[in-house]
Amino acid sequence: MDALTQLFHGFGAAILPMNLLFAAIGVLLGTAVGVLPGIGPALTVALLLPVTFQLDPGGSLIMFAGIYYGGMYGGSTTAILLNTPGEAASVVTALEGNRMARSGRGGPALATAALGSFVAALIATAGLAFLAPWLVKVAVRFGPWDYFGLMLIAFVTVSATFGSSPLRGLTSLALGLWLGLIGIDQLTGQTRLTFGVPNLFDGIEVTTLAVGLFAIGEALHVVSRHAFAPEKPIPIKGSVWMTRKDWGRSWKPWLRGAAIGFPIGALPAGGAEIPTFLSYTAERKLSRHPEEFGTGAIEGVAGPEAANNASAAGSLVPLLTLGLPTSATAAVMLAGFQQYNIQPGPLLFVQHADLVWALIASLFIANVMLLVLNLPLVGLWVQLLKIPMPWLYAGILVFATMGTIAANPSVVELLLLSGFGVLGFIMRRYDYPVAPVIVGLILGPMADSQLRRALQMSLGDPMVLFRHPGSAIMIVIAALALLAPFLFRGLAALRKEED
Amino acid sequence: MQPPARTGFHRPTLIIGVGLFALAAVTWFDARSMTIRANYGMGADAASYFVAAFLGVLGAGHLIAAMRPGIRADDTDWAGVGWVLLALVGLIGSIWMGAGFIIGSTLLFAFTARSFGRRALLADLLIGLALSTLIFLLFNKLLQLALPAGPLERLF
Repeated sequence: MDALTQLFHGFGAAILPMNLLFAAIGVLLGTAVGVLPGIGPALTVALLLPVTFQLDPGGSLIMFAGIYYGGMYGGSTTAILLNTPGEAASVVTALEGNRMARSGRGGPALATAALGSFVAALIATAGLAFLAPWLVKVAVRFGPWDYFGLMLIAFVTVSATFGSSPLRGLTSLALGLWLGLIGIDQLTGQTRLTFGVPNLFDGIEVTTLAVGLFAIGEALHVVSRHAFAPEKPIPIKGSVWMTRKDWGRSWKPWLRGAAIGFPIGALPAGGAEIPTFLSYTAERKLSRHPEEFGTGAIEGVAGPEAANNASAAGSLVPLLTLGLPTSATAAVMLAGFQQYNIQPGPLLFVQHADLVWALIASLFIANVMLLVLNLPLVGLWVQLLKIPMPWLYAGILVFATMGTIAANPSVVELLLLSGFGVLGFIMRRYDYPVAPVIVGLILGPMADSQLRRALQMSLGDPMVLFRHPGSAIMIVIAALALLAPFLFRGLAALRKEED
Repeated sequence: MQPPARTGFHRPTLIIGVGLFALAAVTWFDARSMTIRANYGMGADAASYFVAAFLGVLGAGHLIAAMRPGIRADDTDWAGVGWVLLALVGLIGSIWMGAGFIIGSTLLFAFTARSFGRRALLADLLIGLALSTLIFLLFNKLLQLALPAGPLERLF
C-alpha cells in the first residue's frame, strides 16, 4: 500500500508541535470568521489567505486546512442560529436547523451538525487519500483536449445548476470568462482588455474578485434591506448535548450523507448544493418521523450537513489531481496554492508528494481539532453572533479591504474590489448566482490555453476534440447538460398546452 | 423577492441586457486590435471573440426575458448603500493621498457603522481607530506584511 506509507509520512510531518499549533490557529480563525453572518467558506478562506502569506509552505498549508474546515463548521452554525446560509450548500441545513433552534433545540442541532461534519469529513478525506493516487495515474495520460472537455463540463454544471434560471447562471459564467480575458496572454504576450492600465497586466486576482463579490456585495445587500428586515440570532435554550435518542436518529443520516456527498463532490463537475438536497429528500423518505420535517427534524440537519462536508472534501479530488476547481471555495483554494507556487494537478503528486500528503494528513488533524475545540467553544461562537450589526459589518469591511491592501497596496486594486462589490450587490438584488463568476475567472484562461495547445498539436484541426473518445464523450455530456434545462422547460410548456 | 407584477418591459432585465451588449462590443473591438496571429489553430483573439459572441447571445436572451414579468427587487435603503460607498471612497482616498492604512480603515469603519443606522460617529471613529491600529501592529510587527504607511503609521 503505497498511499498508506505516504500518508504515514504525511502524518509524521503534520504532527510536529509547531504544525499542530498552526492547525489549531487555523481552525479557530476559520471558525471565528466563518461563523459571521453571510460569510461562507469561500470568503473565509479568501479573507484569511494574507494571514498565511509569511509562513513556510508546509505550515501555511496546514493552517489552510484548518481554516477550510473551520469555515465550513462556522457556516453551518450561522445557518442554524441565524437562518443566513453563507452559501448555497448550507441552505438545506438552515431549513430544519433553524426550525430546531426556534423550538429551543439549537444545541442538539449544532451538535449533530458538528459530529456529522466530523464523520463525513473523516470518510471523505479517507476517500480522497485512496482515490487521488489512482486518479493521478489516469490524469497523467490526459491530453489537452481531455482537459478542455472536463472544463466544459465544469462550466456548464456550475452555471446551469446554481441559481434560479439557466440564463442568469450562464450570464454569471460569461462575466467570469470576460474577467478572465483581462491581462497579458501567456502564449503570445499580447494584452487583452487592459485598456493600458499596468495593474491589469497580470489579470484579475481571484481573491480580490471573491472578497468583492462576497464580502462587500453582501454588506451592500444587507444594508440596502436592513431597515426593513432586521435579523437576530436565536438564543440556545436548554441542553447543548444530544440525547440518546438524538444519537440514534443521527448516525445513519451522517453515513448516508457522506455516501451521497463524496462521490458527487469528487466528480469534476459543479453543484455543491445537489448532494445536500438529495440527502434531505432521502432522509425525509426514510425517517420514522416524517411529520417532523418542516418543524425541525434532526435527520434533516444531520444528513445534509454530512453531505455538504463530504462533497466539499470530495471537491478536493479534482482540485488536487486535475487542478480543476469546481466550486467557489475550491477556486479560492487554488488561488491560495498558487500563492505558495504550488500548481495542483497530476504533477503535484510526483514533484511535491510530501506536501500533498502533509496536506491530506492535516485535513484529518484539522478535522479532529475542530471537534475537540469547537464543541466546548459553542458558547463563544454564539457570542460572536451577538455583535451589533453596525460594528459587525464595519469590522468585516475593514478586514476584507485589509486583505486586498496587504496583498497588493494599490488604488487600482481597491477600485476593482469596490467595483466587484457593487457588481455582487446588483447580482444578489436580481438573483444572479455568484459562484460561476469566480469559477469562470479561474477556469476560463485554463480552458483557453488547453484548447489552443490541443489545436497546435493537431495543426489547427478542430476535429481533434472529437477524435479522442475521452474528450468527445465529455463534450457531448457538457452539451447535454447545457441543453437539458431548456429542453425540459420546453417539454413542460408543451404538456401544459396539451392539458 | 416579491411576486412579479406590472406589464410591459421589465426595466432591470432590459438594462442588464443592454449592458451585456455594450460589454460584448468592447470585447469585440479589443479583439480586433490584437495583431499577432498563431501559426496553427487559434490565436489570442479567438477567446475574446467567443466571449463577445457569448455575451451578445445572453444580451439577446435578456431582451427576450425582459418581455415577461421579472423579479421585483426588495425595497431599498439607498441612503445606507450610499454610506457604504462613501466609506469605501474614504478608504481609497486615504490610500491615494498617502494618509495611510489606519486613517483609511478608521473612516471605513465609522461610515459603515453609520450606514447600518448608528448615530454615534465620534465613538465609532474611536473604535475604528483602535481596531485599525491593532490590525496594523499585528500585521506589520508579527506577520511582517507591509500595509501602506501614513503619518500615524510612522509613529510606531
